[in-house]
Amino acid sequence: MADTAIPPGTTAHRPGTAAARRPGRPPASASPRRRPRATAGAGRLAALLVSPTLLVLTIVVLYPTLMALDESLYGVKGLDPKTGFISDTEPFVGLKNYTDILTQAGDRFWNAFWNTTCFTVVTVSLETVIGVAMALIMHRAFRGRGLVRASILVPWAIPTAISGLLWKWIFNADGIANVLLGHQVLWTADGFSAKVAVVIADVWKTAPFIGLLVLAGLQVIPREVYEAARLDGASALQQFRRITLPLVKPALLVAVLFRCLDALRMFDLPYILIGAQKGSVETLSMLAQNEASNVRFGPASAYAVLLFLYVFLIALAFVRLLGADIVGDAGGTKKSRSRPAGMLGRRAREVTA
Amino acid sequence: MTLTAKWRQWLPHLGIALVVAYCLAPFYWMLVSSLRSTNDVFSTSLLPSPVSFANYRSVFGPAQGFTRALLNSLTVAGVTTALSLVLATFTAYAMARLEFRFKRLILTLIIATSMFPVVSIVVPLLKLFTDIGWINTYQAMIVPSMSFTLPLAVWNLTTFFRQMPDELEQAAMVDGCTRGQAFRKVIVPLAAPGIFTTAIITFIAAWNEFLIALSMTNKPGMQTATVAISKFSGATTYQTPFGSQMAAGVVVTIPLVVMVLLFQRRIVAGLTAGAAK
Repeated sequence: MADTAIPPGTTAHRPGTAAARRPGRPPASASPRRRPRATAGAGRLAALLVSPTLLVLTIVVLYPTLMALDESLYGVKGLDPKTGFISDTEPFVGLKNYTDILTQAGDRFWNAFWNTTCFTVVTVSLETVIGVAMALIMHRAFRGRGLVRASILVPWAIPTAISGLLWKWIFNADGIANVLLGHQVLWTADGFSAKVAVVIADVWKTAPFIGLLVLAGLQVIPREVYEAARLDGASALQQFRRITLPLVKPALLVAVLFRCLDALRMFDLPYILIGAQKGSVETLSMLAQNEASNVRFGPASAYAVLLFLYVFLIALAFVRLLGADIVGDAGGTKKSRSRPAGMLGRRAREVTA
Repeated sequence: MTLTAKWRQWLPHLGIALVVAYCLAPFYWMLVSSLRSTNDVFSTSLLPSPVSFANYRSVFGPAQGFTRALLNSLTVAGVTTALSLVLATFTAYAMARLEFRFKRLILTLIIATSMFPVVSIVVPLLKLFTDIGWINTYQAMIVPSMSFTLPLAVWNLTTFFRQMPDELEQAAMVDGCTRGQAFRKVIVPLAAPGIFTTAIITFIAAWNEFLIALSMTNKPGMQTATVAISKFSGATTYQTPFGSQMAAGVVVTIPLVVMVLLFQRRIVAGLTAGAAK
């Protein structure tokens, strides 16, 4: 992923990596902020300190992922009538689960795929616009900052499952949403309005969070930049487009990347707000969970693997195409390095200078 | 001129009011609905009249088993947080202070795991746990939860440790501490606020988990609060007990909201630590 600053001499120098494309950037380990301490002792200590975490993550992430890959090659068979669980005799079916998904069970898969994609695109776009607007408002007002900060954390702190119930109540046939609208919409029945309900609930929960991250990005922009721009006669809109946007872009990109990956695995909200096995809102996570809860582990794993690949591709695209840097200044290096280089980075530095 | 000046003065306040209303209105509606009596649960007045605690009484009544669900949630989220914090403190210290090969790659991988679709690990683990008889146990919920809490804690603590001046432990080591002692006696106490912040964020993430708890349990007695509430049954079939669901929702959310109110400055600092760089 964020291969822009993997130390040279490790694994970095694949042709066409960002580091290779940007010859102007210093290699990562060439400018350590602190005294270099890459001694054997530090290495051993680091291995000792890091290995428990890596071990746990191997057990809870890597191993299940490999298991899912393996499991997705097995079919459904041998239902034990006593326990209802699958006995050990599942037949090896090779790629049949995958071919089934793309042909036989195709409708349900593609429906879930498009639901997931549509939710991700629509919610993240709306959240970004609303979040940036919120951040700009919060950045301007100095009074009551504590109150605002606390209130934008409330939607984030409410469990998604609870906010699903809350919005189910709001969108109830006799609920407040219909009263405010003045006419009856059956929001939580299966259909287009169910999609809208999920989007509204998700945007409510996470737009403030994007606002928070963008606000943090806004607050590190030095004020002199705006003063200089104002002296040069830049309008408010020009200041926003030429200064604010490019300078918050790194923070915004990370926020949007995280939100995208989060939206791609959306489960709780549509599951509770609308219900399981509702075609209009079924996401890939819901589909996989539904198959697994019906002890159809093979197909469930195939769905899970496909979702995993989808998430991985989106993350890769973000990091490669847009230069999102999820690690921040991980190499113990200076701030300017963590900004994506190239046009924006250069312009940012010119502005600051 | 004066008109625009007035606008400029009032517009931010109006904007702030809008933001606060946007964030709090649905939560307010949950609170108000939970306080209505069963008869006027569909009332749309802005204040409940009369205020009734019937919903809260029914939530904590023996029929729902909600107290047990709260305890389950507390156990799962608490143990998950504690385990994640211990492991993450060591790892984050290494990430922030030591120079070693593959450091950036390892950190990238750790952070990347937090973005895994949870269902991709739940499906195979569900099968594994079924085989070894772990279904309806705490460990079946705690272990998978580590997949997202541990990376979160590592990331938070790494940014926090990195902000602490390097000279502290160097001074301690000059005074004769080993690196381990410097870490234990100087860094950990000084990092307490950061560890505390990370604990809150991790706890909230674990407390809010739904998919793992839903998949790994099928006995009502082992369900966590989020799952239990979603399965509340009404007095009659096909009737969703919104009143008690809202009351239970308030009960589950209030501790988090109180934490947010008390520690908002720190939580914001923790959440935005990575983004502002």
